[in-house]
Amino acid sequence: MNLLRAEWTKLRTVRGWVVALFLAGVAIVGIGVAPGLSGNCHPPQCALPTGPGGEEVTDVYSWVHRPLSGDGSVTVRVAAFGGNRGPGGEGLVPWAKAGLMVRAGTQRGASYAAVMVTGAHGVRMQHDFTHDRAGSAAATVPRWLRITRTGGAVTGEESDDGVTWRTVATVRPARLPSTVEVGMFVTSPQFSASDTESFGRTGVSGGPSEATASFDSVAPAGGWSEAGGSFTVTGSGDVAPAVSGPNGLGTSLTQTLVGTFLGLVFVVVVAALCVTAEYRHGTVRTTFLAEPRRLRVLAAKALVVGAAAFVLGTAAAVAVVTLGAASLRGNGVYVNAVPALVAVRLVVGTGGLLAVCAVLALALGTLLRRSATAVTAALLTMVLPYLLAVAVLPLDAARWLLRLTPAAGFAVQQSALEYDVVDNLYTPSAGYFPLPPWGGFAVLLGWTALASVGAAYRLTRSDA
Amino acid sequence: MNALAVLRAEWTKFRTAPGMAWLLVGVAVATAGLSAWASGVSGGAVPDPVRVSLTGVMFGQAVVAIVAVLPVGDEYASGMVRVSFAAVPRRWAVLGAKALVVGGAVAVAAVPGVLVSLWAGQRWLSGYAGGLWRPGVGALLYLVLVGLLSVGVAAVLRNSAAAIGAVLGLLFAFPLMALSVPDPDWRRHIEQVGPMSAGMSVLATRGLDELPIAPWRGLGVLAAWALGFLLVGVLLTERRDS
Repeated sequence: MNLLRAEWTKLRTVRGWVVALFLAGVAIVGIGVAPGLSGNCHPPQCALPTGPGGEEVTDVYSWVHRPLSGDGSVTVRVAAFGGNRGPGGEGLVPWAKAGLMVRAGTQRGASYAAVMVTGAHGVRMQHDFTHDRAGSAAATVPRWLRITRTGGAVTGEESDDGVTWRTVATVRPARLPSTVEVGMFVTSPQFSASDTESFGRTGVSGGPSEATASFDSVAPAGGWSEAGGSFTVTGSGDVAPAVSGPNGLGTSLTQTLVGTFLGLVFVVVVAALCVTAEYRHGTVRTTFLAEPRRLRVLAAKALVVGAAAFVLGTAAAVAVVTLGAASLRGNGVYVNAVPALVAVRLVVGTGGLLAVCAVLALALGTLLRRSATAVTAALLTMVLPYLLAVAVLPLDAARWLLRLTPAAGFAVQQSALEYDVVDNLYTPSAGYFPLPPWGGFAVLLGWTALASVGAAYRLTRSDA
Repeated sequence: MNALAVLRAEWTKFRTAPGMAWLLVGVAVATAGLSAWASGVSGGAVPDPVRVSLTGVMFGQAVVAIVAVLPVGDEYASGMVRVSFAAVPRRWAVLGAKALVVGGAVAVAAVPGVLVSLWAGQRWLSGYAGGLWRPGVGALLYLVLVGLLSVGVAAVLRNSAAAIGAVLGLLFAFPLMALSVPDPDWRRHIEQVGPMSAGMSVLATRGLDELPIAPWRGLGVLAAWALGFLLVGVLLTERRDS
């Protein structure tokens, strides 16, 4: 305890260090509010709708529909399904969808269940935007589809010939009122492909695609009145979770936390100086005289500087995530909403990132005993791989770099979620890390542990 | 002391500093190593092969910053700077000599790094043709200018750790911020003023119209940063107690 207090006193009484730590917080908050600066997006015009699960969704499609009271089912044959990916691009995009949908209402983001044929993912049963079950993998048309609503449950079936039926899935959407809308829908999502025309940033081409499906042999049953004949529906859009990336809208919370890097500079400098300054002034000998168990000194230093960095980073991140995001929204910049748990992870993760980096710098300082090399090593391993990954290297190499180097730790700040049901360029430059958030953080922890072991070895074996 | 003697004194201090030779080797190895790796993994067709083959400059510059910060920072740390200024009361001459020595040493160390980088690019990247002079000489000058910038920053801050943090922060902050700013105009402006993002445009050989700033002008921006910090460093050194 005395050891901790001694180290804390050393930290707080060096004016330059306190100022530097304070500046770290200022840098994170200051830059957090700056990006995007001002926009012309004022909700509700350009806000995304949210689905039953609270996530932001895309909910754009064309359909022929009518109300259905109580239980009932609809059978249809998808006679033809074709589409394009903008001018000059023939063929369906993989997640183009055509099929039958039951939904709570026509408002965006309403609860729904749908059975569908897709461009390249076979027959699917999806509900409430994020849930997806696979039917048969072959998506040949013509193909028969049937959707049945029984109380709170919705069953999707498929058939090759309209005689033998196979159940795809029975699902329970979050809220279905007694009267629902049921009908035939078609939609076709944005597509994007990376191109490498300009150096320095992954170029992206893409745009809206379109799909057209013909439905015939419409056979309603149950409480639904007779409909007949055939329908041809053309649609563009998607019924799926919204993703950020090339086609994203607005700023992600991750982008508002870019100041973390500058904060890192200050924290790393102070952490390295914590130990190298003692070596330079020779006070380290006094310290070790007072506490001969050197590893405990190192642990106390790590605890003190790590805790200070954690508190600082967390506080700054809270300010950015709440005040910063609010001021951006006030300026008309759309900030993507994230689930509360993700926001908490961003805040705690930012604190953790600063804390672990501080300990890494401390360990490197102990190992190398020179502040300049320690600071460079700590900063470079955090920043250079990230810059190379987003701006220079091909995707494969970029992903490996962000799996293996300490820069993997930045994954903890990822706010964009990856969905199997949406095709997107899930690249580092679009804010998608190859490792899951805490997995990436664990890689950083591993490097820090390694550096600490090296530091402990040198500390116990070398003269002070 | 005359100018030559000041220069020789600084050169002696520089070459006898522990580890300095290794750091200079590090400049070359870091530059060549990362460049060769980037060329290797990029393999085949890339939009601007020459620039990809000089990726290692991003790594080399960090080692250059250490090389350049230490002669100033270490002298303040040990207090020897008072002896230096007692011997040469024209403090600007001391700083100038340090800048010259650092710049010269970095230039020499960078040559093999850049040459190996270009060789590796030629070996592994396709479409590698012509016009190697500007990117090659540009890479060399870029590293030298980062060295001068670091000497200036170190003279302002008088502490190696703080100076190296400031240099790396200054270099990397602009490209990182540019990545996170959604507005393309703002992004372009950020890239135009950042010492690294502007300075590195000298390495480009393709798509010059799309660069945020023309190659030599970009290097000029970095030179302006370096000159600015050197001037402020000299002014502060003349004014302050050492």
